[in-house]
Amino acid sequence: MLTFTLRRCLTAIPTLLFIAFVIFIILEAAPGDPLADQPLTIPAYVREQMRAALGLDQAWYIRFYLWLYQFFVVEPCTLWGYLSGWTAEASRATCGDRVVSWQFRSPVMDIIVQRMPQTLWVVGMAYVVGVLIAIPIGIISAVRQYSVTDQVGNFVSMIGFSFPTFFTGNLLIVIFAVQLGWLPSIYDTQLRVTDWATFGQQLRQMAMPVAVLALFNASQISRYMRAAMLDNLTQDYVRTARAKGMTERVVVLRHVLRNSMIPVVTVIALGVPTVFGGAIITEQVFKVNGLGQLLIVAIHSNDLPMVQTLTFMFAVLIVLFNLIADIMYGILDPRIRYD
Amino acid sequence: MKLKLALMGAVAASALALPVLADRGTDGNVTILYWQPVSIMNPYLSGGTKDIEAASLVLEPLARFDDGGILVPYLAAEIPTVQNGGISEDLTTITWKIAPGLLWSDGTAVTAADVVFTWAYCTAEGGGCAQGSKFAGVTAVEAVDDLTVKVTFEGPTPYPYTAFVGGQSPIIQAAQFADCMGAAAPTCTDANNMPIGTGPFTVTTFLPNDVVTFAANPNYRDASKPAFATVTLKGGGDAAAAGRAVLETGEVDYAWNLQLAPDVIDGMMAAGMGTVVSAFGSNVERIEMNLTDPSADLPEGERSTTMHPHPFLSDARVREALSIAIDRQTLVDVGYGPAGQPTCNLVPAPAIYASDNTACLTQDLPRAMALLEEAGFTDADGDGVRENADGVRLSVLYQTTTNAVRQDVQALVKDWWEQIGVEVELRNIDAGVFFGGDAASPDTFQKFYADVEMFTNNFEGNDPQAYMANYLCDLIPRPETQWQGENTNRFCEPAYDAMVAQLAAERDPAMRGSLVQQLNDMLTKDSNVIVPLIYRGRVSGHANTLGGVVLNAWDSELWNIADWYRIDG
Repeated sequence: MLTFTLRRCLTAIPTLLFIAFVIFIILEAAPGDPLADQPLTIPAYVREQMRAALGLDQAWYIRFYLWLYQFFVVEPCTLWGYLSGWTAEASRATCGDRVVSWQFRSPVMDIIVQRMPQTLWVVGMAYVVGVLIAIPIGIISAVRQYSVTDQVGNFVSMIGFSFPTFFTGNLLIVIFAVQLGWLPSIYDTQLRVTDWATFGQQLRQMAMPVAVLALFNASQISRYMRAAMLDNLTQDYVRTARAKGMTERVVVLRHVLRNSMIPVVTVIALGVPTVFGGAIITEQVFKVNGLGQLLIVAIHSNDLPMVQTLTFMFAVLIVLFNLIADIMYGILDPRIRYD
Repeated sequence: MKLKLALMGAVAASALALPVLADRGTDGNVTILYWQPVSIMNPYLSGGTKDIEAASLVLEPLARFDDGGILVPYLAAEIPTVQNGGISEDLTTITWKIAPGLLWSDGTAVTAADVVFTWAYCTAEGGGCAQGSKFAGVTAVEAVDDLTVKVTFEGPTPYPYTAFVGGQSPIIQAAQFADCMGAAAPTCTDANNMPIGTGPFTVTTFLPNDVVTFAANPNYRDASKPAFATVTLKGGGDAAAAGRAVLETGEVDYAWNLQLAPDVIDGMMAAGMGTVVSAFGSNVERIEMNLTDPSADLPEGERSTTMHPHPFLSDARVREALSIAIDRQTLVDVGYGPAGQPTCNLVPAPAIYASDNTACLTQDLPRAMALLEEAGFTDADGDGVRENADGVRLSVLYQTTTNAVRQDVQALVKDWWEQIGVEVELRNIDAGVFFGGDAASPDTFQKFYADVEMFTNNFEGNDPQAYMANYLCDLIPRPETQWQGENTNRFCEPAYDAMVAQLAAERDPAMRGSLVQQLNDMLTKDSNVIVPLIYRGRVSGHANTLGGVVLNAWDSELWNIADWYRIDG
């Protein structure tokens, strides 16, 4: 197992470098100009100076090398400086220039760290809620296959999977914010939870985006759960357990569920990087302003350093969680052994 | 009896007592929603409207334009003119006097050194200042004394109100930005995001592309203002969500730029919680005609250049026919409602520059068809599309950006043009690509690989001199200039260039007005090279409980936020 893990980690490095290169080339080749959203009243010669100030007058391979250096050397050095309590000037003097966003003209990593809380709260919570809803639904659907409960569960899954989040999001806003006025339609990222009142407010402003995303996640995971359970319910050991006189509850929850969880846990682990990616559409609809909204706005503004850094970080997370999923699979299922 | 009379008198007198004026910070918080979120608070590093408007709560210029387009002093004591001696007789210098007693929000005094520093900051090498054109032609800015600044131009400048005027050119504090000159400008994150200013508010927190919070400036020059203690400027979502938030759910007090169809806005206003206000500046949505041939058969580098004149748009009669076939009022009714007016002028305002040009407002399909016949285009083969004796077909590629209202306008215009026998192909391109200056992309509005294109443009402030100068022969986008240039029509008339030069030297306001009208007519009424469609206004919404809002289309919309207050009850 250890050699397997080490080997995977080592092959991840060239993979990630290749991914960074491909992302960079795609962004370079894409049409668009970081100054496109500046008003037309700014004349051409001023735009040239602005482009030069962004570093766009250098060749692409120089810019790619600069980004690699800034991401792998300067950023960790700055993080080390921050943890050790250096001042900003000392950090800059020791480590060098950081990756700077073209839109905000401030360091990319600072903005990403600023955005993490709301993404993790809303999208992370939605993922957890989605998983917690999906597992019981999947179990019940499998145990009572073809019953009314199963049909209803299938139908809700189909709806959750097919309806896009911009539809369900806006529908919930119209019902709960406009017509009933129970929940706010704008997410306040500045809300600090200090007492029960603010906690209630946080729950209320999270309710709709979490509901929208949880429905989407739950419909996927419940299908996996149901399929895995059905696979295992027909196995011989289940019949043996029943023959031994165990209650149905013990058979399902102690034996079948544990074996079914193996593939489902790996699917859940593979879905975790999408939490960090944020739910681009849902964040826009509810103005949650997390990492997903940051990415989409950066793409629209052709803010290459921001898009490059964000997508590379998602790539790292995906590779990492793929590895974690594989290792967990090996741990949970004693039949699997890597070498 | 006397007592009763006295008591009645006392009651009457108390009713006449003056209402208690709101004092600074008595009205709590006001929430503003900009659906394009604020990225940076420094107008010199970003020309984006939302960034300039957010900065206008904190940073102020020497003078600004009010809602009528008139210049009013802000940090200056008065507007310098030739009469009061502020502008020199030969029009080469302008001297601004700063109002006495002004303080920055950190308590230090505002001096002429800050104004001189602002000029040095924007003109520093490697800074890429977004407002560099505001200082075009300025050779020197010097502090005559602590409160007097003299700006010197390279030649006689009849309109000198460019530098330090308007929301795009505020005064920044020399002490705060001292280490941020030139290439070091983006490294000063604190200064760029939380600038120290003279405005009614100071920045308390700044989360880029998310939310900015402000608090009342304790050193603001008017002790009874602003009425609001804090401001929350939230960003994100789209125009429809913004409209809903201000008009239907009441979660925000003010929402910027509600670019929505009139029936959508009417539906939202039915909730009765807010009002939509509009103001007109100089934005005109227009169709630009390509006077050169964009045909794909031509080699790259010759396509859409003056080497090949357009096969049919070079004929003024064809252009006029296309213009009068359009019913502009219908376009306004369908797409803009109270936010638009039909127009035939490139320069619709201020009044002194607006030409008397209304002939194109009446749709006249028979006359359009007669003009095309006269130009030699008949439908000989009966396929519904006109062609002339040389076989040139009236086939037009009409491009614009991806935007629901623009696509509606395109569909209507296509229908009218097809009625007069012109074949139309519609195309829409993402705004980021269309307006981007990417020399390698075939879809930019400068490259103009189409027959006609539609977009909106305007001029800053109340003087259109630089705007009219966009159409000089020298500013045609072509391969030699990396396809940069403002003259997208490839319009080139020596008489036009000469008149622009005359305008630059003309000091009499009435004469300037007349020259601009003539230039406007040369491009619109006389040649139809530019076909103005809609005079577009700004549209914003505010809650009925928010008072003091005066929408300003000539400067920042939040220009008078110091005067806003909460209406009780």
